[in-house]
Amino acid sequence: MSGIWVWVELSDGKAAPVSVEALGAGRALADELGTELSALVFGQGVEEAAEAAIHHGADQVYACDDATLADCRSEPHAALVSQLAAEHEPIAILAGATASGRDVLALAAVDLEAGLIPDCTGLAVEDGAIRATRPVYAGKLMSNVYADGDTMLASLRSRAFPAPEADAARSGEVINIQPAMAAGDISVEVLGLEASAGEVSLADAGIIVSGGRGVAGPEGFEPVRKLASTLGAALGASRAAVDAGWIPYARQVGQTGKTVSPDLYVAAGISGAIQHLAGMRTSKVIVAINKDPEAPIFKLAQYGIVADLFKMVPALTAELKKRL
Amino acid sequence: MLRIVVCVKAVPDPKEAGRIRIDPVSRALVRADLPLVLNPLDKNAMEAALELKEQFDAHLSVLSMGPPPAESVVTECLALGADQGYLLSDRALAGADAYATAYTLAKGIEKIGPADLVLCGRASSDGSTEWVGPELATLLDIPIVTMVKEIVECTGEWWKVKASLDNGYRVVRVKLPAVLTVTRELNIPRTLSFSGIIQARRKQITQWGIDDLDVPEEAVGLKGSPTIVSEMTTRESKRDVEMISGTREEMAERLIQELADAGFLSSS
Repeated sequence: MSGIWVWVELSDGKAAPVSVEALGAGRALADELGTELSALVFGQGVEEAAEAAIHHGADQVYACDDATLADCRSEPHAALVSQLAAEHEPIAILAGATASGRDVLALAAVDLEAGLIPDCTGLAVEDGAIRATRPVYAGKLMSNVYADGDTMLASLRSRAFPAPEADAARSGEVINIQPAMAAGDISVEVLGLEASAGEVSLADAGIIVSGGRGVAGPEGFEPVRKLASTLGAALGASRAAVDAGWIPYARQVGQTGKTVSPDLYVAAGISGAIQHLAGMRTSKVIVAINKDPEAPIFKLAQYGIVADLFKMVPALTAELKKRL
Repeated sequence: MLRIVVCVKAVPDPKEAGRIRIDPVSRALVRADLPLVLNPLDKNAMEAALELKEQFDAHLSVLSMGPPPAESVVTECLALGADQGYLLSDRALAGADAYATAYTLAKGIEKIGPADLVLCGRASSDGSTEWVGPELATLLDIPIVTMVKEIVECTGEWWKVKASLDNGYRVVRVKLPAVLTVTRELNIPRTLSFSGIIQARRKQITQWGIDDLDVPEEAVGLKGSPTIVSEMTTRESKRDVEMISGTREEMAERLIQELADAGFLSSS
């Protein structure tokens, strides 16, 4: 067994940010274990992405350029991952914990009868074995997991690992391979894709400004939205605001929504229910603005302001604008 | 007849998650005193199944794996309108990871009989690996669509659904039999009715152990789990909060200055 592998998720021919982070994490593991890092780059028109994977740390790339792999369907991707892994027996296969990354790893894990570790926020080598750390029970506990078996599969949480700088001087080998499934054998067909264009994706956002029950209505999100756009941040929400119908579910941060770890999380009018904290606990800096000085969110925050968000949030936006 | 199996999990009440702690001596998770409830997203899977049952001639089985007290969530699903309830319960099943859970559920589904549609919540509120659905599909050798937020067409062999992605969604066609995992957006789960509760009393829950499933002890539970949890640690989440006070303008200036000093405003 040798080698660390990273399954690279492509969108519009480019690696997803979390895949680049996974290449960085994989590089560190490979160096520590004295082995090679391989990137798996499957899709349609993969040449540039294969080159970029090398610049981001891969020693070699298994590239498969085929129409069946264009839209990240889990079946053909996983079939190819398992086929390659059965042949080469890598130590670990990493992928971003995105919708597609999770599915591809889960399907491959069954084929490989391999241990699967979800949503890792830390990876380390201990006595020659890889130890993965992941938050469980709404992030209250950290679980250290080891895989027992041959190849270990792990999905990595977005923004939990630093993205490596691209180094155009790096070189490596691109090995072109054939797909493992024929188009007619795939029982899922993608008819269309609807991306929430123009807005910063929550998982990839460096800064998130969220509103909760305290915004008191759909129009109450306006000041929160203004602060977010002034900060160049993504807009988030608590479950209470989503359930009330003030903002779409896609914006929900929390246990039944998205899990995020931005550098800065601004919670406006969010009390800090455990299920919300589960989704944003790993944010590096948390700012809480709430009328209620007893709100649980203050226990997690680094900076707290007890104030009416409708007055405080516009004041922050105004102060920011002064500096632009 | 459309044969539907909904897989559900009994989880410690998420509202009580604040009470979960680690025993300082044994380092084991103390959650025995937490009430078990139906995993929130499994309610959406149940609701989808019930709506399909209202629309078509369908038979709805509900399947769970867990300790004997997990029977309560199966009963709840029967009260909601499921036709038959199954609980896979055996000492040997304890400690299962996502893979061993999917393996056991797959054996249960095979024993129940062929299913056209298997529905699961996208994730459980306690383990939240989101892997049981896809692993189950692979073990049953049928396709999977995860994070289904809308069932657009549900007639014939190919169904059309909308499945969420991290930033948007896609419209996919999937060939039945298939496993679908569902998100909260799919529907608003109904609440229990009094008549449903009365009717559930007349429905039997079938309990199967590993002998009934004809699976070896090594393939299930902790022994059949390829991941090993070595230890749990409490997250040091205690931060020192700095409360900012003063006039509104002073507070705004102070906070923005702190954020600027920390480098957050560098790009602007």
